Amino acid sequence: MIPVEFRGFAWRHAGRRAQAVTGVDLRVEPGERVLLLGPSGSGKSTLLAALAGLLTEDSGEQDGDVLIDGQPATGQRDRVGILFQDPETQLVMARSGDDVAFGLENQAVPRDRIWPRVHESLEAVGFPYAIDRATHALSGGEQQRLALAGVLARRPDLILLDEPTANLDPEGARDVREALRTALADTQATLIVVEHRVAEILDLVDRVIALGPGGALIADGPAAAVLAEHGDHLAAQGVWVPGVPLPTRPSASAGDTALRGESLTLVHPGTDTPALDDVSFELRQGELLAVTGPNGSGKSTLALLAGGLVKPTRGRSTVPGEPRPLHRLPARRLATRVGSVFQDPEHQFVTSTVKDELAFGPRQAGWPKDRVETRVAELLERLRLAPLANANPHTLSGGEARRLSVAGALAAAPGVLLLDEPTFGQDRRTWGELVDLTADIRDEGTALLAVTHDRDFAAALAGRELVLGKGRIAEEIRR
Amino acid sequence: MSMTLAPVCDAEAPIARVNPVAKLAAAAAVSTTALIASDWLTPLLLLTALLATVPFSGLRLGELARRLRWLWFAAATVVVVNAVFAAEQTGRILIDFGPLTIGTDALLDGTAIGLRVCVAATAGVLGFATTDPTDLADALTQQLRTPARFTLGALAALRLMPLLGAEWRQITSARRARGLEGGWNPVRRVHLFASTMFALLVGAIRRAGRLAAAMDARGFDSAIPRTHAREQRMRPADWVVIAAALAVCAASVAVSAAYGVFTAFN
Repeated sequence: MIPVEFRGFAWRHAGRRAQAVTGVDLRVEPGERVLLLGPSGSGKSTLLAALAGLLTEDSGEQDGDVLIDGQPATGQRDRVGILFQDPETQLVMARSGDDVAFGLENQAVPRDRIWPRVHESLEAVGFPYAIDRATHALSGGEQQRLALAGVLARRPDLILLDEPTANLDPEGARDVREALRTALADTQATLIVVEHRVAEILDLVDRVIALGPGGALIADGPAAAVLAEHGDHLAAQGVWVPGVPLPTRPSASAGDTALRGESLTLVHPGTDTPALDDVSFELRQGELLAVTGPNGSGKSTLALLAGGLVKPTRGRSTVPGEPRPLHRLPARRLATRVGSVFQDPEHQFVTSTVKDELAFGPRQAGWPKDRVETRVAELLERLRLAPLANANPHTLSGGEARRLSVAGALAAAPGVLLLDEPTFGQDRRTWGELVDLTADIRDEGTALLAVTHDRDFAAALAGRELVLGKGRIAEEIRR
Repeated sequence: MSMTLAPVCDAEAPIARVNPVAKLAAAAAVSTTALIASDWLTPLLLLTALLATVPFSGLRLGELARRLRWLWFAAATVVVVNAVFAAEQTGRILIDFGPLTIGTDALLDGTAIGLRVCVAATAGVLGFATTDPTDLADALTQQLRTPARFTLGALAALRLMPLLGAEWRQITSARRARGLEGGWNPVRRVHLFASTMFALLVGAIRRAGRLAAAMDARGFDSAIPRTHAREQRMRPADWVVIAAALAVCAASVAVSAAYGVFTAFN
């Protein structure tokens, strides 16, 4: 149990002109459990990194003080544990037990005391396997619980959680929250959490601090009071405030068939069980078909095969007016028929400005120059990317990058758009923008298929839902 | 689907249980002897000795053959090239067919070089296929006192390697969706390969940065000397393995010399 204090803290990342946070004054009392809220760009992650002692002199420029128990945070690392978003890049070792032991070795804990603590921490997070379980064989939720065990084993006095469930599917996120609940009940440590999804962790905290752009303090107090008073404002800023209703955009009736998947099957070489097994479906103009199901049920594989990006082992995906199956089309022709938007927008960026990114598909398709220009101008305007026309796509914020990847896939005017987890990890404001954008595209007559874990997104937009289980269609729901 | 870097042998097999540093020393001794000797008999004896240890490695023969096939294919190529393109074809002429002439001396020289490649390859594969990378890192830091920052950093990076394959497939699909594809045009293929590789590297560097931050957050850059959760020791059996390797090397050279064919540094 230790107090934490920011005194006139400001930080500028090396190579950036603007400060990430300015003039932050905050005090957290020993043993307090604090939820840190704020829109993207309010510097929440910067504050956590500062407390974790990760903002070193060579990584930027600091003003003011960050104090842990009255001492500068950079020297207090052994008393602080931090859990990051991405499970994949937090695990160091190949075997689960070794990974928990890693942090204890660094603390110079003698060998005979390491292993009892490893077992104890793994038990605290409900880790279901033996200690020699390979870390790469774990699901995202299991990896994140293992990383949490690695944090707890070091017996920190201050625990920091940086959106610990943002990269997980709903089942994995639930398991991690459950583990957090049990583990935190056993410790006296001071806790600071950053999380957009407020409802799920509200029972873990007793104080909420809401920040605005640049780390400016908006509200501070007991959770219920802060949310009652500032809920609408925070929701508008992108925080998932419980009880604030979400928009829905129900669809009109669907038109003609725009894409047909026939017996789509994919068996990866060297495996027996198909990743996708004999899935047939039709996608109509002006509808959004949601594809849901647990991890590993073949959802993303379905999007890849339907979009003609991967050759199916059996079956075919076709669009009207195109005799060849999509996977046999040359890429530049495919892009005019079906657009695909991937989970990671950056994988799709192939040019160095936003403008070129939008012009790319039409140019590949051989459109005349003036038609390309008209199209680019129209998309820039519609997706509110005009001020960024000359920016490098890799410098965009999460929401902007997502909008650009949708716009890029739409540029060559395909009749079908396939989206893989379009709302994954987005804050509430970006989420609302994406729902509106998707609904507009749908209502113009484009046929949409969205692979998603997001119940709210499916409820807001989908006319039909295809539930996959173990590579097959388990159920089709009509709304 | 995903490839792993874990050992493929039975973990209880005698060779699998040898200290990784001892295995490294033994493999180095055998390979060095093979590379120094330039006759055909020394590497042949060493190769025989290596193959005699296979039953104690816990490796299935099929798996070993699969790992060695390209290396042995390379060795066979070395034999053929050296035999055919030798400066002079002396000794008894075995083949004389138009421009193709092969004499016994050239064939023996070629075979000697090919066998040296085989010895080094087999020793390396036997060593690595029976060693868990984690154990190797433990032994390196504990027996050879290599810096933990470097050794464990490399080990952690190794763990991220299999992700690159999956990421490569994703980037390729994402680019096809954008209308980018190599097709049959070799120039475009090379260009696309380079740009995909660049995207992969950007992602890899970003991930490495995050991993480094996570490691430091768990005290990896702390100034206090680390302890070791898993102990690696040099037991008497490990010294015996090194001694045995040296003895085999000496014996091979001695037999070859007694037979009158030993040469070195050629």
